[in-house]
Amino acid sequence: MDQNVKLDEIKTKRQMTSDYIFRFIVPIVFIVLCGIGYNLSELQFTFVLNEVITRLARNSFLVISLIIPVIAGMGLNFGIVLGAIAGQIALVFVTDHSLGGLSGLLIAFLVSTPLAIVFGYLVGQVLNRAKGKEMITSMILGFFANGVYQLVFLVFAGTIIPFKTEKLIISTGMGVRNSVDLIGVRQALDNVWKIRPYQGLTVPMSTIIVVGLLCLTLTFFLRTKLGQEMRTVGQNMHIAEVSGINVDRTRITAIIISTVLAAWGQIIFLQNIGTLNTYGSHEQVGLFAVASLLIGGASVTKATYRQALLGTFLFHMLFIISPMAGQNLMGDSQIGEFFRVFVAYGVIGLALLLHAWQKRGKK
Amino acid sequence: MESFKNFVEKVGYPRLIIGGFLFILSIMAAMLSIPIPGLIGDILTRIGMNGILVLAMVPAIRAGVGLNFALPLGIVCGLIGALISIEFKLTGFTGLFITLIVAIPLAAIVGYFYGQMLNRMKGQEMTVGTYVGFSVVSAMCIFWLLAPFRSPELIWAVGGSGLRVTVSLESSIDKVLNSFLSFNFAGVQVPTGLLLFFGLCCLIVWFFGKTKSGVIMNAAGSNERFATATGINVNQQRILGVILSTILGAIGIIVYSQSFGFLQLYNAPLYSAMPAVAAILIGGASIKKVKISHVIIGTFLFQALLVVALPVLNILADGNMSEVIRMIVQNGIILYALTRKTGGDLA
Repeated sequence: MDQNVKLDEIKTKRQMTSDYIFRFIVPIVFIVLCGIGYNLSELQFTFVLNEVITRLARNSFLVISLIIPVIAGMGLNFGIVLGAIAGQIALVFVTDHSLGGLSGLLIAFLVSTPLAIVFGYLVGQVLNRAKGKEMITSMILGFFANGVYQLVFLVFAGTIIPFKTEKLIISTGMGVRNSVDLIGVRQALDNVWKIRPYQGLTVPMSTIIVVGLLCLTLTFFLRTKLGQEMRTVGQNMHIAEVSGINVDRTRITAIIISTVLAAWGQIIFLQNIGTLNTYGSHEQVGLFAVASLLIGGASVTKATYRQALLGTFLFHMLFIISPMAGQNLMGDSQIGEFFRVFVAYGVIGLALLLHAWQKRGKK
Repeated sequence: MESFKNFVEKVGYPRLIIGGFLFILSIMAAMLSIPIPGLIGDILTRIGMNGILVLAMVPAIRAGVGLNFALPLGIVCGLIGALISIEFKLTGFTGLFITLIVAIPLAAIVGYFYGQMLNRMKGQEMTVGTYVGFSVVSAMCIFWLLAPFRSPELIWAVGGSGLRVTVSLESSIDKVLNSFLSFNFAGVQVPTGLLLFFGLCCLIVWFFGKTKSGVIMNAAGSNERFATATGINVNQQRILGVILSTILGAIGIIVYSQSFGFLQLYNAPLYSAMPAVAAILIGGASIKKVKISHVIIGTFLFQALLVVALPVLNILADGNMSEVIRMIVQNGIILYALTRKTGGDLA
């Protein structure tokens, strides 16, 4: 009897250490990978740093928008594509009305918010009907929304929906052009406060501050009543229901918040890029954001903003160095490009696999 | 009213909606005086092309694994088979035969390991399967780039390394099945060999379902606990289902490519599971239940819709429209199936 207890103790101890390593294994692997890649790529340190900071500033917001659904137990919300779509609609609206500068950008945020709330509500409704398979449903929902978006932008724009600026419409009078030059709002947020510590390094402080504010708000939000309710729902829907939480409504709220944040995130992303690829900018949003979050060490059930920031940093570091590393290693930069796509898909697949594995172990 | 409700219940919304949509488009096609025989010929060809990929869903659903979103695994195996037969300059039926001989064992091995993996995470097959498929396709991109093929048919003539993005099959197995016993009937070109091959595959899968091992597999899929209680090794049956599905995926892409005339490498197989999944759902299958008739009806409705929509929308709207319609229909149907109460717990 005594021995059995001891054996159990040893087992749990081992379990704990392996859990501890497990928690950090993904970021560690990617830090090593980035280190090797950086050495191979022979790129200049300032160049890499500058690129990483720019990308970190423009992508973090989108990645952080994934955190709340994870906490509410809905897994990785591939449906942020709908948020990105809301953001893009707002940007096209702003460009069409030739609004510019910081005020134009603020109007874009304002326009995107109600759209994103409606979209988020719809996504939430659909996901509530597909409990337990939210991830695949939200992914397919993203593809579906992409189809509807293309229908609206290719056919209805210019015919049913009037446009003020003719330049935005294809010469046949139907459909928005493939790429929209966001002249008005280009780097409107980044330019508010930029610092140049030394040659070749530009830090968009204003964007970074916005991201920082979001992290603070998120931490604060999770301590509020609603945030705690989300946690409870995420841990066990049944217990939450019994203790008087409206589970369905809490889940919808979580998705709405995520979608609105994604809309803003996409606007921040595109104001930095400066051109909107009308039919492509939103497609990969879900994939890259989810991969970033997971590389930071998050799982399907646990995510923090620290993981989001670390993951974004590592993922984009890999993005920058892998073509050059591939070129120097194998004499072909294409390998590096394929490699990073593989990493994006592979890391998601692996995370889902580990999650399914652990879930099964618990049963 | 009651009988109408019963009718809807029996036929199912997906079939009804897509069927109605197809009906409207067909009337529009007739009104726009689009040549009907050409359309029918196209529909027949595309049923044969896509049918086996749709059929690949059947063993997976029957074994209880759900919709096989990891179809690209089989597809990649099929592509490797075709590449090898081209490398050795095989043509016609020998080429096709060797392609199948290479691809099938490869698919069986891949399916075996994938099945092993799925057994360790029951209940999450579809989500994980999707990303396993994506990862394999993107990993194979690197393989295509480095693969040691030498045939000038396969690699870039000047500059560039690795295999071409699309490999022409003109000098190897292009339209081998399509032109076999093909005849022209009232302006409709009937791809007899292609349809026969599809029919044969359907028949084999149907027949397999009637044999003892088929019945056992079905039992394992429909109720795991009951099956375990009667002494069936459920895990083994699931692996069998996945292997069969992967093999059919490999055969499916070979048949598809010989009809299409090109092998599509690199990122082309990325979303290839989606149309097949959508087709079988349109046919009336659910995540738990499937019949061979669902495959045939679903493939017909989905492909006919796409074939008829293309010229109609080209006249009425823009060229990109049919692609958009495909995207909406395909993903809308999958969404519908996922959100149904009877959809089961598989994710």
